[in-house]
Amino acid sequence: MAYNFKQVMSKPERLAPGHRMCAGCGGTIAARMVLRALKPEDKAVIGNATGCMEVSTFMYPFTAWEDSYMHNAFENAGATLSGIETAYHALKKKGKISENYKFITFGGDGGTYDIGFQSLSGAMERNHDLVYVCYDNGAYMNTGIQRSSATPMYADTTTTPVGKQSNGKMQNRKDLAQIIADHDIPYVAQTTLIGTMKDLYEKAEKAIYTPGAAFLNVMTPCPRGWRYDASDIMSICKMAVETCYWPLFEVVEGKWILTYEPKKKLPIEDFLRTQGRFKHLFKPENEHLIAEYQAEVDRRYEELLFRCSR
Amino acid sequence: MGIRERMSGNEAVAHAIKQVNPDVMAAFPITPSTEIPQMVSTFIANGEIDTEFIPVESEHSSMSATMGACAAGARAITATSSCGLAFMWEVLYVAASDRLPVVMAVVNRALTGPININCDHSDSMGARDSGWLQIYAETNQEAYDNYIQSFLIAEHPDVRLPMMVCQDGFITSHAVMNIELIEDEKVKNFVGTYNPENYLLNADMPMAIGPYANSPFYMETKMNQRIAMKNAKKVILEVAKEFEKISGRKYGLFEEYKMDDAEYAIVIMGSAAGTTKDAVDALRAEGIKAGMIKIRVFRPFPGEELAAALSKVKAVAILDRAESFSGQGGPVGSELKAALMDAGVSAKAVNYFYGLGGRDYTVGDAEKVYRNLIDMTENGKKLEQFKYIGLRK
Repeated sequence: MAYNFKQVMSKPERLAPGHRMCAGCGGTIAARMVLRALKPEDKAVIGNATGCMEVSTFMYPFTAWEDSYMHNAFENAGATLSGIETAYHALKKKGKISENYKFITFGGDGGTYDIGFQSLSGAMERNHDLVYVCYDNGAYMNTGIQRSSATPMYADTTTTPVGKQSNGKMQNRKDLAQIIADHDIPYVAQTTLIGTMKDLYEKAEKAIYTPGAAFLNVMTPCPRGWRYDASDIMSICKMAVETCYWPLFEVVEGKWILTYEPKKKLPIEDFLRTQGRFKHLFKPENEHLIAEYQAEVDRRYEELLFRCSR
Repeated sequence: MGIRERMSGNEAVAHAIKQVNPDVMAAFPITPSTEIPQMVSTFIANGEIDTEFIPVESEHSSMSATMGACAAGARAITATSSCGLAFMWEVLYVAASDRLPVVMAVVNRALTGPININCDHSDSMGARDSGWLQIYAETNQEAYDNYIQSFLIAEHPDVRLPMMVCQDGFITSHAVMNIELIEDEKVKNFVGTYNPENYLLNADMPMAIGPYANSPFYMETKMNQRIAMKNAKKVILEVAKEFEKISGRKYGLFEEYKMDDAEYAIVIMGSAAGTTKDAVDALRAEGIKAGMIKIRVFRPFPGEELAAALSKVKAVAILDRAESFSGQGGPVGSELKAALMDAGVSAKAVNYFYGLGGRDYTVGDAEKVYRNLIDMTENGKKLEQFKYIGLRK
């Protein structure tokens, strides 16, 4: 069925308003959209790694989650959901449960790329029927914007601060979607918040309803960490895609598919300029850093095109 | 009448698991508990049970997955030893505060530093303040019996706490002993099924678990855990009574061996109790009034009950199989001495360490401990605290 924005948006919210995430936070927008991809008749259990989303949505005695929800710790969202999903099969087999359940967990890039990487890798390799959604805002935002392995090169963070001897983070970001695709799971996709959210919605739907493990890497800007006005979030996401900094793709049963190709690839400055964390790159003496940045984006995009052409 | 068999402690626990047929087991191999998940996997492979096994990639994940399964509404178990237990550290506390009655077989082994695969209690003793119930076995039979009882204790509505069922690595996990098994049907009826009031997969009432709860609620959470831990004492005794009906075997919070008229006592935990009993018998033959207490339940700690049992002895040696480096003794020693003081028990008390990393503890060693106590009492010798028994010269 063709994507119908009005219809999708009129679905009841499964993450209720009243939670305490920031205005202009990408994480919550992504979570709400992913949950909309659930069929209304399907039950769900939501997992969550420790992070902004967890501490802001389930502050005792209130929860913003309409579905059953479990937070365990920072690094074990994958394993915790594995246990829940396995219990579902065990209890269903014994006739103790008749409803259909889906299992979705949310983790930031800290809980997913870094401290929770082992737990995630294990859950993916075992191919549990669950969806792991990484809301990737490119740093440990909950503890105050420390660098992660998802932080892009040259970003100013509180553990890679820009200074006389530093231009921010020195390393490139880890390509987690590719690493998870190499786990040979049925479905992996990379997406962000674009236009009518069609891309995110459709990928979430595929992830939820493809049997087996699925992984969604969703770029979700953070106004505090990236330093932008809350209202700019959608244009920042658009620039990330149009510059090919954050290409949209999916990997279906090992087949790489580019899901959007910009007609005219924009220069990386158009993305970097939108955020305070890259401000130092625009000093005249740092021109070469932008050139390097562009080269890296080009290299990665070429690599992706090659994968998708096979 | 039960079924007479010969098996190792790991086999006995695996057999108990087969009889309980839990919904989910998640485990990661570590010596000396590895055999338990191996055997369970074989039962599953042969269609003997329908437990779902999750071969996780670490112990942190085995505990996390077990917790997830338990929260979902399943009867969920795991098993581990030593560093595996240490790796679970963080989430042990979460399991207790989430009030998830998961059952974990702990085959006690020394914590690394240096790496050592043999028995001591440093692993589970390190986790003694995590909010888990802890029960220890002297023999394979006790490991089996404790394991079967653990579900009714952990899942009891007045308790709802996770439980470690501990046995001594290699000594009781691998050594084969005579054992009396209970018939499958009897075990099945005894443990019943797990029917929690609230669980994630309850379609009528969703549940959220693991909240952010700062200063306004944290202390109440701890107080509720404390109340549950206190309630567990009564429940453990009730379950033991029920268990006696199907097994004929009696269990309490601890076992007293020749304590009625004892003047000198050793308090010990685990397999070394058997060795100590032999020493008691040898000394009794000489006319020395020796006795022994074997702690079965360490969490909740039966401090008042132990103090009462020791109220008439002249001297007691408390033997710890784990260091705590406090300079004030090991975990059993410091807790029991505090309990004796609170109860106004005037017996002299020493605290020694034995069997660290699998060091032998012989009948002769135990006899020496009793003779030390006599020397100290009769000849007014100053007592030496915190000795290591069997240390190389």
